Amino acid sequence: MYWNERYECMPEEELRELQLERLQATVKRAFYNVPFYRKAFQAIGLEPGDIKSLDDLQKLPFTTKQDLRDNYPFGMFAVPMSEVVRIHSSSGTTGKPTVVGYTRHDIDVWAELMARALVCGGATRHDIIQNAYGYGLFTGGLGVHYGAERLGASVIPISGGNTKRQVMIMKDYGSTVLTCTPSYALHIAEVMAEMGVTSDELKLRCGIFGAEPWSENMRQEIEKRLGISAVDIYGLSEVIGPGVAIECQAKNGLHIFGDHFLVEVIDPVTEKPVPPGQLGELVITSLTKEALPVIRYRTRDITTLIPGTCSCGRTYVRVARFTGRTDDMLIIRGVNVFPSQVESVLLEMGGTEPHYLLIVDRHGSLDTLEVKVEVSESLFSDKVRGLEELEKKLVDELESTLGISVKVTLVEPKTIQRSEGKAVRVIDKRKI
Amino acid sequence: MKIKQISVFLENKSGRLAAVTRLLAGRGINIRALSIADTSDFGILRLIVNDPDEAYRALKEAGFTVSLTEVLGVEMPDRPGGLSHILSLLEEADINIEYLYAFIGRGENGAMVIFRVEELDKAIAVLQQKGITVLEGEKIYQL
Repeated sequence: MYWNERYECMPEEELRELQLERLQATVKRAFYNVPFYRKAFQAIGLEPGDIKSLDDLQKLPFTTKQDLRDNYPFGMFAVPMSEVVRIHSSSGTTGKPTVVGYTRHDIDVWAELMARALVCGGATRHDIIQNAYGYGLFTGGLGVHYGAERLGASVIPISGGNTKRQVMIMKDYGSTVLTCTPSYALHIAEVMAEMGVTSDELKLRCGIFGAEPWSENMRQEIEKRLGISAVDIYGLSEVIGPGVAIECQAKNGLHIFGDHFLVEVIDPVTEKPVPPGQLGELVITSLTKEALPVIRYRTRDITTLIPGTCSCGRTYVRVARFTGRTDDMLIIRGVNVFPSQVESVLLEMGGTEPHYLLIVDRHGSLDTLEVKVEVSESLFSDKVRGLEELEKKLVDELESTLGISVKVTLVEPKTIQRSEGKAVRVIDKRKI
Repeated sequence: MKIKQISVFLENKSGRLAAVTRLLAGRGINIRALSIADTSDFGILRLIVNDPDEAYRALKEAGFTVSLTEVLGVEMPDRPGGLSHILSLLEEADINIEYLYAFIGRGENGAMVIFRVEELDKAIAVLQQKGITVLEGEKIYQL
């Protein structure tokens, strides 16, 4: 199932020609309309005419989140404000938010890409889409909303929060597709269980979840509890919002909509491209954005490229599921630790509620890591020895996965705070 | 011959035990016997109550991690050597005891002990063969 077969299955050679043509136009637009880009290009003696092939992409300088912050709020815009019809900003997960703008055409492209994404993820115009992404400055809610309307599905613009009401509406309105963050999907499943609502009572068929990295195990947990097929969607406000990439039903990597975005995966330290199969930082160049073109934008998201046509027929390059971010990477006693590593260990132990919290602290000159884990009924034992064995097993598994020593603390269910948006997994108490 | 025991996971934080007893009190559930095993981080509260199924439901609804386990209750003479005799019988039969706790009841012999063993059926059979009074669940709940 495709929304736009002509572009989604475009022969590779034709796609490359289109990409080059659009890259040249983007570079030109950035150079002539954004002082930041003009200065950056001139600093390395680069002119728009120097981009003659797609390989020349590597001659272009990177753009970082800091660059967007330095030009706060509208300094990176390539069109006058009279052309800007919408303003969003990033969720500010890592500090001060960045501001992004959209022209009428940008909104139109975004809706097109989200419609493609929804179809790729399994939705049709006959679906009732319960959109539990937050509406507002965050791009998730409105991005999905416009795409769903473009598709012609019925949208329930419920936004995030008020979980009991989410469950009630899901049941009463017969929602067939759920869109929200994966951690919120799990929270909804928990509240459902508390309310005594089973997945059999719902018409829910599939879920399109994104805005934070999640593991394969977490997918299985969500699929089991909600009785659905769940796919991962990717996007970031600096580039467009949700709809940059999405999994198809093959669930083997996310398809990057290559007629609108060029991607590279680089080593975050050397800034050189890494070969497919090797983890690195995703870098995106927008090809059609008018209000806020981005050139070699460093996403900080960690993934690897999967080249080749997918079994679904789409020709776009894919990226593997994201394993974390270069900026949520914790450095504990010199070792890189990603919260997602902890998550997959907990899930592999079987039965563990995937609710956990990492507490990083420093005693003297030594960093400490405590992992709080909620004890689910399936893990609970009436014998102290049983629980101590569980603790020890978690400690052993975590230590061998992370390569550092950890303290595991078992806590009562529901004592770790739930999130209605992006989950908070880390508390770093170190004062550095 | 089996007794239903409720176990509850508790963090070592003030007020957690009180929260459990308050909840049970509110549901009109009477505690017959109670024991707590604790470590520095958490404790396991074990309870014998007059209505184990209702207590299980109430605790689960309130969000506690709770389990129902089958245990063994034995009545014994309240005099020196009473417990020792029963332990010897279990030892001879090679039955491991996970944990136990005693309480003074109002039974004919006065002393009662709750045993948690891995081989529950075997333990019951062994003790009964030797003429030990193994208590019915119903009897303990209604003490």
